[in-house]
Amino acid sequence: MSALEIENLDVWFGTGAERTRAVRDVSLSVATGESFGLVGESGSGKSTILRAVAGLVPTWSGRMTVAGETLGKTRSKAFYSKVQMVFQDPYGSLHPRQTVDRVLSEAMQLHGVRDIDARMGRLLDDVGLGAGFRFRFPHQLSGGQRQRVAIARALACKPQILLLDEPTSALDVSVQAEILNLLVDLRREHGLTYVMVSHDLGIVGHLSERIAVMKEGALVEVLGVDEMRRLEAQSPYTRHLLESSIRSIR
Amino acid sequence: MTDDAPLLDVENLWVRFRTRTGMFDAVRGLSFTLGRERLGIVGESGSGKSMTGRAMLRLIRPPGMIEADRLEVHGEDILALPEKRMRALRGGRISMIMQDPKFSLNPVMTVGQQLIEALRAHERVSPSVARERALATLDEVAIREPERVLGLYPHEVSGGMGQRIMIAMMLLPDPEILVADEPTSALDVSVQLQVLEIIDKLVRDRGMGLMFISHDLNLVARFCDRIMIMYAGRIVETCKASDLARARHPYTLGLLNSVPDLEHPRDRLEVLQRDPAWREAPSVSART
Amino acid sequence: MSTLQSVRHWLLTEEPTSRRQARLAAWYKAWLTLRGNTLAMLGLAVLIFLILAAIFAPLLATHDPFAQDLGARLLEPGEDGHIFGTDSLGRDIYSRLLYGARISLYIVALVVMVAPLVGLIMGTVAGYAGGWLDVVLMRITDIFLAFPRLILALAFVAALGAGIENAVLAISLTAWPPYARIARAETLTIRNSDYIHAIRLQGAGPLRIVTRHIWPLCISSLVIRVTLDMAGIILTAAGLGFLGLGAQPPSPEWGAMISEGRQYILDSWWVATIPGLAIFSISLAFNLLGDGLRDMLDPKEDT
Repeated sequence: MSALEIENLDVWFGTGAERTRAVRDVSLSVATGESFGLVGESGSGKSTILRAVAGLVPTWSGRMTVAGETLGKTRSKAFYSKVQMVFQDPYGSLHPRQTVDRVLSEAMQLHGVRDIDARMGRLLDDVGLGAGFRFRFPHQLSGGQRQRVAIARALACKPQILLLDEPTSALDVSVQAEILNLLVDLRREHGLTYVMVSHDLGIVGHLSERIAVMKEGALVEVLGVDEMRRLEAQSPYTRHLLESSIRSIR
Repeated sequence: MTDDAPLLDVENLWVRFRTRTGMFDAVRGLSFTLGRERLGIVGESGSGKSMTGRAMLRLIRPPGMIEADRLEVHGEDILALPEKRMRALRGGRISMIMQDPKFSLNPVMTVGQQLIEALRAHERVSPSVARERALATLDEVAIREPERVLGLYPHEVSGGMGQRIMIAMMLLPDPEILVADEPTSALDVSVQLQVLEIIDKLVRDRGMGLMFISHDLNLVARFCDRIMIMYAGRIVETCKASDLARARHPYTLGLLNSVPDLEHPRDRLEVLQRDPAWREAPSVSART
Repeated sequence: MSTLQSVRHWLLTEEPTSRRQARLAAWYKAWLTLRGNTLAMLGLAVLIFLILAAIFAPLLATHDPFAQDLGARLLEPGEDGHIFGTDSLGRDIYSRLLYGARISLYIVALVVMVAPLVGLIMGTVAGYAGGWLDVVLMRITDIFLAFPRLILALAFVAALGAGIENAVLAISLTAWPPYARIARAETLTIRNSDYIHAIRLQGAGPLRIVTRHIWPLCISSLVIRVTLDMAGIILTAAGLGFLGLGAQPPSPEWGAMISEGRQYILDSWWVATIPGLAIFSISLAFNLLGDGLRDMLDPKEDT
């Protein structure tokens, strides 16, 4: 059973003459335990696909199946315990008036976790934050620390699938490395399935096994990370993207 | 002022802010010169790189303070200049392009109005001559249909085009020095290269000096002649771009190693271990 | 370290170790911001002074505010033990001022308890729900916004008779729409934040999201707006009193006092002016405090 199956997904915004199609007839599937990357430039629809899966987009058509459950207009509680999302902007993903403790305990409460205090310590440890961070407010945390809290929140209910929407693009390069390492570690420890969106081919190549390339809402091609590393791509657009990404001088 | 004099001459630059909890030093004792070359300034957030760029144009408002033993733009001491003369310098001698054209172009003026205003602030030209020059500069930044673009508003152009318009606007009054603060960070990868090529060509053709501020070490290495790496308000290393692979300071190496490389995969990315000694060590001079 | 210092240190710590400490620390830091604003502190001081004066009016008053002494009419301030003089019926103005403070604060308290709360609920529900509910609630808001306050008060007086409670009712009914608008505008912005998306993804329902996540963020704008509106509300109440629609004589309401003193303004300026200065002070105090609160509560982060 695959973790995520998308068939003929169409997402649009606006009505009538002003309708813009953000995602056009996209089909892809992600196996359980796989790390799948979605790459494209701005406006390619990659983030929109993630949001459609998460239920944050009202106007879509097609078929989406997550861990065997077909998705409808709204998402069920069961869905939320299987799928979680980490957002791009660390400065917008935490409620400015809530402590880390509040954010994580509310998440656990909503999922019916009993021993919140005990799990809290382990959650914070899992993401590399000590107990001293538990009662801080977001403005007392750096960007990297906030993103760790966001990851902890996503892990609170022990999900199977993590949707990652450019989780490191707003972070400094050195902090990014820490978060990427953390994501790799967490996936190994908890056997998670990742669907990760990025515009950066280096990051996607580091974290993903298979990568889908998007352009203007449509799926251009899906290739394996090895092919990508050898710069072997079928589509000229993918080749163009690969050539444009700045390669390291080392 | 011979042509050998550096375009920018900075010695012991400090930029400080008085805050509720004491004095905050954003830039601590920076020294460098800029000739007719491309100088890259690389650092993470909080390193003071943007403040350095702004200090060159004396764009730091109170409670910020600029102090330096020497801060000269082609021989003129910026710290001593009256504001009126400084305004003539800004744009006329030294210009700045910023990261996001969404925020640096005036949303309620057309592109043409902004370009013409930029030129007429520095030169006495008639509106029609200004318009001609604007069209010519738009052509230089590879904008097709410049007449049509003159009548557009900033929200009607794409990010890459907006950035090129910004470049045109800043280069119209013919400055000698261009400070580019993360000019391509908000752009898509394929557009980035295009914009960089345009900047490169213009800087070369006009014999300008370019100060390229970025967080992306690899980008700067490909694009600049010389690089300064900043950390905590100081320069920790300076080298020629071609020598970057042989950098020695642990911070520079850490920055290089923490970026995932598509062609050379690694299991774990190296995590920068910040040594407090880096903050305390004196700034390396990048004067030539 | 002395106890005071150690408490301060505990409050200013970067690593709080309990929920209570975190919350108290946040309040303390907010208080420090307010304390740094001299004008706001001045406003706060004036307000506290007035509140205390109102509470302790019986102790502070020199005379009975209702006692008439026609032999001591229109005495100048300072004459014969009357700090602010007497009015046209020989009543001590100073004492009437103190008791009048009670009335003003009473009106303010009533309005503050009703209007912002109604506005908050209407605005956040409309903003979060969107769709037809938003349209309906906002049109209702528009209807109430269209009522001119004083005319509505006149209508109430005509229907229900004059009195403070009716005046307050009239003011409250017209005061809540702006709060609804503010709350709705904030909600529309907040609704699209990633942290709201995130909590939805945890399975939170709309009620929890609106009351526990959106309200805390709207409250600061509302508090600021309320404080700044206080001046207007007091002036409206005074205006109603001036027109004879609010507190009825012999009640020492400040607006009514100004009205009574109008005819004597050329010769006995103090009868109208002193209550006027009192209204001015309390309005100014609320305004200064409101500005200070805005700096304190506005969640602008220094990133």
